[in-house]
Amino acid sequence: MIEGLFTVTTSVNGSPYTRVVEPRLLLSDFLRHELGLTGTHVGCEHGVCGACTILFDGLPMRSCLMFAPQAHGHEIVTVEGLVADGDRLHPLQEAFRDAHGLQCGFCTPGILMTMKAFLDEHPSPSEAEIREALSGNLCRCTGYQHIVEAVTLAATRIAGGGRKS
Amino acid sequence: MTNRYVGSPVKRNEDRALLTGRGLFVDDISLPDMVHAAVLRSPNAHARIVRIDVSRALERDGVVAVITADDLGDFWQTVPLVVPPPPIDGLVFNKRTQVPLAKDKVRHVGEAVALVVAESRYVAEDALNDIGVDYEPLPVAADLEKAAAGDAPRVHDDVAGNVAAQVHQVKGDYGAVVGRAAKVVKRRFVYDHGMAQPMETRGVVAQWDAKAERLSVWATTQAPTSLRNGLADLLGLNPVQVRVIAPFVGGGFGAKLLMYYPEELLVPWAAIKLGCSVKWIEDRGEHFLATTQERGQIHDAEIALAADGEILGIKDVFLHDTGAYNPYGLTVPINSQCQILGPYVVPNYDSAFTAVFTNKPIVAPYRGAGRQHGVFVIERLLDIAARELGIDRTEIRRRNFIPADAFPFGNEIIFQDFAPLTYDSGNYAPILDRLLEMIDYWRFVSEEQPRLRAEGKRVGIGVVCYIEGTGIGPYEGAKVQIQANGRVCVTTGIGTQGQSHYTSFAQIAADHLGVNVEDVDVITGDTDQFYWGAGTFASRGAVVAGNAVNEAAEAVHQKILSVAAEHFGCGEDKLVVEDRQVSVAGDPGNAIGLGDLARKANPMRGAVQPGIEPGLEATRYFGPESGTTASGAHAMIVEVDPETMMVDIKNYVVVHDCGTVINPLVVEGQIHGGVAQGIGNAFFEQLLFDDQGQLLNATLVDYLIPTSLDIPHMTLDHTVTPSATNRMGIKGVGEAGAIPVGPLFAQAVEDALELPSRGVDILEIPLSPNRLWELNQTTRPDH
Repeated sequence: MIEGLFTVTTSVNGSPYTRVVEPRLLLSDFLRHELGLTGTHVGCEHGVCGACTILFDGLPMRSCLMFAPQAHGHEIVTVEGLVADGDRLHPLQEAFRDAHGLQCGFCTPGILMTMKAFLDEHPSPSEAEIREALSGNLCRCTGYQHIVEAVTLAATRIAGGGRKS
Repeated sequence: MTNRYVGSPVKRNEDRALLTGRGLFVDDISLPDMVHAAVLRSPNAHARIVRIDVSRALERDGVVAVITADDLGDFWQTVPLVVPPPPIDGLVFNKRTQVPLAKDKVRHVGEAVALVVAESRYVAEDALNDIGVDYEPLPVAADLEKAAAGDAPRVHDDVAGNVAAQVHQVKGDYGAVVGRAAKVVKRRFVYDHGMAQPMETRGVVAQWDAKAERLSVWATTQAPTSLRNGLADLLGLNPVQVRVIAPFVGGGFGAKLLMYYPEELLVPWAAIKLGCSVKWIEDRGEHFLATTQERGQIHDAEIALAADGEILGIKDVFLHDTGAYNPYGLTVPINSQCQILGPYVVPNYDSAFTAVFTNKPIVAPYRGAGRQHGVFVIERLLDIAARELGIDRTEIRRRNFIPADAFPFGNEIIFQDFAPLTYDSGNYAPILDRLLEMIDYWRFVSEEQPRLRAEGKRVGIGVVCYIEGTGIGPYEGAKVQIQANGRVCVTTGIGTQGQSHYTSFAQIAADHLGVNVEDVDVITGDTDQFYWGAGTFASRGAVVAGNAVNEAAEAVHQKILSVAAEHFGCGEDKLVVEDRQVSVAGDPGNAIGLGDLARKANPMRGAVQPGIEPGLEATRYFGPESGTTASGAHAMIVEVDPETMMVDIKNYVVVHDCGTVINPLVVEGQIHGGVAQGIGNAFFEQLLFDDQGQLLNATLVDYLIPTSLDIPHMTLDHTVTPSATNRMGIKGVGEAGAIPVGPLFAQAVEDALELPSRGVDILEIPLSPNRLWELNQTTRPDH
């Protein structure tokens, strides 16, 4: 190992990756620029907007507030990992399309990852619960209403076995 | 043409890429020889630059170049004016535009002083700290009103009084009617700065191909064609040597409209000079200071009315804060000036404004672009007048509406598109009727509110009306092609920042061409694909480009008929174009696919006849002489917590008229998002500058963008009054949600706290819980 550098071995979307990085490299930059997984977006780099949210050992985390070496030995899922069989949209993704839950789409990956973790824990949430869970992610386009409707729709479909209603 | 898609809530073509992380944004671009730029910015709002020492930065490992104004040679110049001032008699306009890098003087915090290019963004940012700049601080003109005073420090040494512009527009003769008014209401209104804050910051990537002598620029711009033209001019290139691509752009709202942001010039210049690709991505901290902002006006306005509430005239004198430079001309204050007339008959209007340079970031359009301020002034004046005349607030509005049979309605003064302000069509009373019905206005004010007040609840209601000038020229174009594989391409120059162009334009083309909306590939924002265009602003994309698509698709449909008629040897009137093919009526088996027909129109042998263009393709342009006027009304019921002064929005209703709706799902989304920005603007978002021009809340922790807990569920309805300026009848909708929320919020909260009973009016936006607390503690002495 080169002095001052750090070897990171991590699993992202089920695939192993090893890279030698500076310890100060943000996890968000690691995913985007070292691994080329540009689906994770960087909106504020100070932990407010939530666009860079990923699943870190199953929990939603802001990748702009973590350094790449912190991912060593951990499992990460990004928006690229939501699609099943390389093609089939996750019910959340499908519902976002059906309910017009996105406009410019920049905040969307972070919101999908936050809501994925939320629905795993709260399979039949109320609107108030969805709004509470969503409140750490900023969206400047939608006014949130269609996002809330999309998450409600996804929850219903997942409860019904993941099929379209 | 069938209306299978236009008018239907079609799911978006662009969503799959965006939902799976494959949508290409500027920061996703990675080129093999790419280096990274960072910008050194002024920490002072006003200072002379005495010396810049870059020697230590150049010594740092990984630094490729450090560029200051002196390195730019002839490329250093004040940038061209983006929008010239309108042709108004007596207008004064002092053009002072920004430069790529400050040379002798900085005029706002965040102004670019040097560009570092390095092997990584991390190293580039490290090297910013290595640069030594000696500044000699100068007195600062930060506050709008103080900057306009004669003895204020000058932002530009040669501009006395910091006068950026002065405009006086008159309709009728206000002086002649004010004397016979039963009531004159006069107030001072203040509308302070806020920002668009799209979730994606700005960014530019530039690549110079020295062998082909071509420059490619990926930019988060709302106006790729204009940027291409400007870059070619400034770099001394032929426009066809420059390709500007605006890929998926993560929200714009006006903030990405300004051409000639310093970085848009410096990054391409550096790529050419250094012979390698250069990327610059703005961080959120920079965004607060280096991206345009808006609002910032002080109005002294008065309205003269007859005893029955009829408006006799309005007089308004206002100051407009234009920031340190005025590259975007007078769009914002002219919009404010025009917007005050609203949906009402105002026979006499006298409006004068002074745009003032201050040592603050540049003010340029942000969703609404001056309209918010105008709506605030007229709606608040009407609220106060109604109260003082003893007329219901909704009734005073209704009495003054422009009647439905009075369109087109001329307001005489000049609008932002340089044409006399004319409302092409409208029907306002049904909008208000529907709104009041939906929010159950009369029951609320007569039964619900008294009951809740008796329980000690601070509940209030607000109702406001507005118009929105949309869909202005000059023009947009579209090319529609049927490809040999049967797919349809719609190509236009107007880029997208989330407005659903990939779907709305596809809907229009699909209806003409008998294909599915998924069969249409929309290509936008790439100047190599479509040469002409203006840009995405002023709620004009659907109107102007949409109609160009409509006309081009119609022409292709005609060409399909003529080529197919020859193919089948029958009359065009016997042909049916549907299900991706052309068939002979009554003989569905006798059909040819559109792809095969496209091949026939582009033969390898034989001759394409003179006067006939090859292929199934057409390009059309649409340029309306003036804009088209949308309208609407918003209402909300709030409850204010008397301890925290937090406002709980109990019900929010919008009735809106944007003419023909292409996609109701998209229109709803536009209104929802606009309202959310309006609520942010009204109650959460304020850029707080101190007297030294320092922004005190330049993080998203301190500048509060509303969250899902702050924005209520909204109930929407529409009326449809087709536009008279275009055949599709479309009016714009992009800014409609945002513009009336300030006065709505003020009216509802004022009502909830019963401030008028203590002689207190809310005359300012943004509000905040703190400010409401202060207002709630106030009693005017005569009450």
